[in-house]
Amino acid sequence: MKKRIIALLLAATMLVSLTACGTKKDAEKDTTEGTTTEETTGEDTTAEDTTEKVDFSVGMVTDTGGVNDQSFNQSAWEGLQNLQKNTGADISYLESTQETDYAPNLDKQVDEGKNLIWGIGFAMADAIITAAETNPDVNFAIIDNAYETTPANVTGVMFRAQEPSFVVGYIAGLTSKTGKVGFVGGMKGNIIDQFEYGYRAGVDYAAKELGKEITVDVQYAESFSDSAKGKAIATKMFSSDCDIVFHAAGGVGVGVIEAAKEAGKFAIGVDRDQAYLAPENVLTSALKLVNVAVELVSTEALNGTQIGGQTYNYGLAEDAVGIPEENPNMDPAIYDKAMEVEQLIKDGTIVPPYNADTYGK
Amino acid sequence: MEKIVNLLKKQITSTIIAILCGFIVVAILLTLTGYSPFEAFGILFNGIFSKPKYISQVIIKATPIILTGISVAFAFKVGLFNIGAEGQYIMGTIAATVAGILFDFPPVLQIPVVVLSGVCAGGIYGAIVGFLKAKYGIHEVITSIMLNWIAFYLGNFVVNTQRFHQPDSTGTYIINESGFTMFLYGWKRSEEGKAFLMEHPVLLDVILKTDVNFGIVFAIIVAVAVAILLKKTTKGYELRSVGFNKDAAEFAGIDVKKNILHAMLIAGAVAGLAGALTITGMSPHKISTMGTFENYGFNGMSVALIAGSSPIGCIFAGLLFAGLLYGGGSLQSAIGAPSEIINIMIGTIVFFVALTKIVPVLADKLVKRGEKHAR
Repeated sequence: MKKRIIALLLAATMLVSLTACGTKKDAEKDTTEGTTTEETTGEDTTAEDTTEKVDFSVGMVTDTGGVNDQSFNQSAWEGLQNLQKNTGADISYLESTQETDYAPNLDKQVDEGKNLIWGIGFAMADAIITAAETNPDVNFAIIDNAYETTPANVTGVMFRAQEPSFVVGYIAGLTSKTGKVGFVGGMKGNIIDQFEYGYRAGVDYAAKELGKEITVDVQYAESFSDSAKGKAIATKMFSSDCDIVFHAAGGVGVGVIEAAKEAGKFAIGVDRDQAYLAPENVLTSALKLVNVAVELVSTEALNGTQIGGQTYNYGLAEDAVGIPEENPNMDPAIYDKAMEVEQLIKDGTIVPPYNADTYGK
Repeated sequence: MEKIVNLLKKQITSTIIAILCGFIVVAILLTLTGYSPFEAFGILFNGIFSKPKYISQVIIKATPIILTGISVAFAFKVGLFNIGAEGQYIMGTIAATVAGILFDFPPVLQIPVVVLSGVCAGGIYGAIVGFLKAKYGIHEVITSIMLNWIAFYLGNFVVNTQRFHQPDSTGTYIINESGFTMFLYGWKRSEEGKAFLMEHPVLLDVILKTDVNFGIVFAIIVAVAVAILLKKTTKGYELRSVGFNKDAAEFAGIDVKKNILHAMLIAGAVAGLAGALTITGMSPHKISTMGTFENYGFNGMSVALIAGSSPIGCIFAGLLFAGLLYGGGSLQSAIGAPSEIINIMIGTIVFFVALTKIVPVLADKLVKRGEKHAR
């Protein structure tokens, strides 16, 4: 009996492997045909399903966070999905698991005949430049990076993160009862400086309005992923009289929000509306809507606008940053005031600082 | 009958069966999740073989995991489970990056300096594990897991030191170009090189658009060297006897402690070499702050397992592994199948390889049954 089972198993494996081989060849033939047509007609990659589709394809390569990182990679992918819904453009993504994946992944997207390729995050800055040099006929775009000299087929996308930071700083200043608020940064650098100094200035603005002194406790976690450290820092801040802590530290912030939950105080989220992490303890979030920026830039490219060779700078005026509309933990009166401040920033009446030099001017 | 049984008893047969099983499981999974498995496998193979460039990418990607695979396989032959290949790899990258940034000799000197510093760092790191095991009998799995984390955080620490951290980035500076081990690097970036390559699209693809490097040559040399060391030398005989039976080896007059130390030193050096070659041969030529392990060492464990701890087998297992990882990317962008599918496939293959011990047993049973019937 056993022998028969074995024989049967073996036969089954053989059969499957045989059929697998057969179809493999067919599929291979199909796709090679596909690639040859692609070579001759240039960018006719969406030929298979031409149902109401524009002939434009966008690809993105994530950084090592992956596409479900609850942060900007995910946000960027949502932006592309929205783009597909609105325009019918062809979209796809590739995840990087190691730093050495950046270059091959970008190259793979080029091979698939993408018109525009996104690199998500400034870690990919060098890889994008190299890919752009070797593929002068493909457009590249990168989130959170501005080059000193931008090649003609590269677009940098930056956010004025100091603007929403200013707004949440203002909110924190008005909400704070102890007159002491905190800020937890990831790693010192241009990007995080925007958050820190925008926030400080917002708090100062509120302090001036209230006519009292509000101090800002600033500490860096030297990491973007160590949530335990974030929790430790925030817990210390809460126990030394801070009642609101804002974080701009990626995964570290998860710990900050956890600490707020345990201490029964408030945390302010970043990048996305992080209220879902602790509905009772997240006051608001400084949004940086990567999805909006990705969609805006992609749409421009799709419409034939020349987007290369420059850096786009998105802020409140473009609705690419801001705070969530729903803030159940916030006093509605404060929300209204915050909206007024937002308007002032849009007008240019208030220009939030973005680093130590512009702060205090 | 005899022939089939003999065939089944061979390691290679069971490995191939395991690989097929992996494909079958993934095919079922793809069908269940609503993707056509045939289309998916078509894309996968196409993503590996359809262009010379892809094959070259697979080889590039395979280089480090072949080496970490050899590291694990070698230690395994001496009866040690080198789970610390990850840490030794990281130490290799750190040392190579530091040396590559600090020194700027001409390439003839720079490359050996950078690569050797990686090898030494990995070797010393492995030797710590070997020393603790030999001298105090502390289990190598425990020490090397701990050392993995120490290497991990040491890497993050080095990235953030003033001397090496590149401002406004998550990484260090790039190592000096004199340490690059890419094939024709200077020439392909020069004007005449570019002009020549533009006229030869295939070469353009393979040379300019990938980081073709000498790493694979090192990997093959190491594989052969380790195989010879194990099979043809007295030292190899000693090492293997320690692996088979420590007590018997000791009784036969072999210094077990010394051999454990040496085995871990060599295993660590090979993993460190993998790290160094990644830094010199592949962009971004630097280390960055890590959030999680990059899994070069852990993938090496899978490679060693698939290869059945044969150093030469590691070359092929590494290529298979890298091919699946690289081709898997195409699955993601072409039909939107999640990358987890590929990981499940690799996991299944490793699982079935681990199960392949069953195949020879089954084969034995076949023979016995046959004998019974004959009577």
